[in-house]
Amino acid sequence: MIKIDSLTKRYGHHTVVDQLSFSCAAGEVLGFLGPNGAGKSTTMKMLTGFVAPSAGQASVCGHDVQDEPLAVRKRLGYLPEGAPCYGEMTPSSFLNFVADIRELSGPARKTRLDEVIETLHLGPVLHQTIETLSKGFKRRVGLAQAILHDPEVLILDEPTDGLDPNQKHEVRGLIRSMSSEKLIVISTHILEEVEAVCNRAIIISEGKILADDTPHNLAITSRYHNAVRIVFDASVKFDEARSTVEQLSSVETTESDRLHSALTAIPLKGSTAAWRDVSDLVAEKGWGVESMQLESGRLDEVFRRITQGAET
Amino acid sequence: MNIVKALFRRELQSYFATPVAYVFIVIFLVLMGTFTFYLGGFYERGQADLRAFFNFHPWLYLFLVPAIAMRLWAEERKTGSIEMLMTLPITPWQAVLGKYLAAWAFTAIALALTFPVWLTVNYLGDPDNGVIFAAYCGSLLMAGGFLAIGACLSALTRNQVIAFVLSVVVCFGFLLSGFPLVLDLFSGWAPQVLIDGIASLSFLTHFSNISRGVIDFRDLVYFGLLIGAFLYANTIVLQWKQAD
Repeated sequence: MIKIDSLTKRYGHHTVVDQLSFSCAAGEVLGFLGPNGAGKSTTMKMLTGFVAPSAGQASVCGHDVQDEPLAVRKRLGYLPEGAPCYGEMTPSSFLNFVADIRELSGPARKTRLDEVIETLHLGPVLHQTIETLSKGFKRRVGLAQAILHDPEVLILDEPTDGLDPNQKHEVRGLIRSMSSEKLIVISTHILEEVEAVCNRAIIISEGKILADDTPHNLAITSRYHNAVRIVFDASVKFDEARSTVEQLSSVETTESDRLHSALTAIPLKGSTAAWRDVSDLVAEKGWGVESMQLESGRLDEVFRRITQGAET
Repeated sequence: MNIVKALFRRELQSYFATPVAYVFIVIFLVLMGTFTFYLGGFYERGQADLRAFFNFHPWLYLFLVPAIAMRLWAEERKTGSIEMLMTLPITPWQAVLGKYLAAWAFTAIALALTFPVWLTVNYLGDPDNGVIFAAYCGSLLMAGGFLAIGACLSALTRNQVIAFVLSVVVCFGFLLSGFPLVLDLFSGWAPQVLIDGIASLSFLTHFSNISRGVIDFRDLVYFGLLIGAFLYANTIVLQWKQAD
């Protein structure tokens, strides 16, 4: 549904997006990851036709973004970064304006407006001006605008940025509920979000794709994949325990978090024996343990490794 | 057309959603009154016409119209809402036209509210209402010209103050292009054809014809072309700025 081919954007001599190519289809929730300034927003702006590419093509649902901008925009819902909006309008008048532009009419229009207002819980603020709303409500007004015409493709630039945990949870729920029949592209630098809603993650830095895989596959490349985290109780001598764990053949090294008296045993690459070895050791030594868990891998560590590795 | 209508309605409502509209209208009316009755010597002239009123329109518009136009695009850029607006399924022409017509309608409302002056002159004497009507049309057309310039320049920047100052300067140039102040800039080196061309661009000359009740087809074409040209330039600026 989206096809990007060698998409490039240069500002002067500075290349922001560098020969980006990928494609994605309905049912995918694509997480677009990268440090600030990596070119995420610029790529999204080019996809929506707001910014013209310096080279390369992008098409949405078979329509070229540059040649048929209206056909693309009709099929697309877009939430720009920061959800900019007309502050002096009320959500009600604003959504009616968008419905006019989207040419929704008749009973379908009313039903759809009610539906969207219901889904995003905009009811209580419908007649307040947007500039007086909280960040969370403003973001939801922006989302309402993006999904009003039930588009095939949704592009959301940092949809949960600045929301509180409850609001984040709700927005993620919304994204998941829409994901089966649409293609959703979200950009974010919140990695837990990628794990929570995305089934594909693309990491970009300096305008280039560095990784393109499922969040799970990315996470298992982490050195913390199959690592064991133990929280000792006060009876255990921390340093002694640590050096014992480090001697295990399946453990490469350990990391200490003395504040919580927690020890993380990082396994040798590819080894799956660490959990068994560590738990045997704990039983053998009779250490008092408050909790012990097996880690599946840390996306943030993978992210740092991939993006910082690219810089050096 | 429905899309232009939707954009028009939203834009016009946004004028009245903030105090800007009311402040503007009050200032416009107060200045109009002051200029007409004090500087223009409305009573002293002892004539039942509105020359004293219309003579000041170009000068008032010079400052007030850029004030209406400056927010059209600069504000959208500043708040970022332009990104939302221009990724809706609308063409640049529709956006430019909808906004421009809304601003023009707003000016028309402000102008229409000067009707007490018309009532006064009809109460005091027996003016030629045809001439007054023509002059109102001419005034509105001239405001439209100023607005088109202001709208186009507003799209160049995200700063409303810059948009305002730029518009005042360019409008001033157009206003006085038939006068030595502007023509002297060219008379030393430019060919006579160009100088005549520039002189014929003057708002004042074209407006003074209409305000005397002479609706010349050429004056209408002049304002029509001017507005069209600047709106076209507006769409170009919009697309050019957007590419960055």
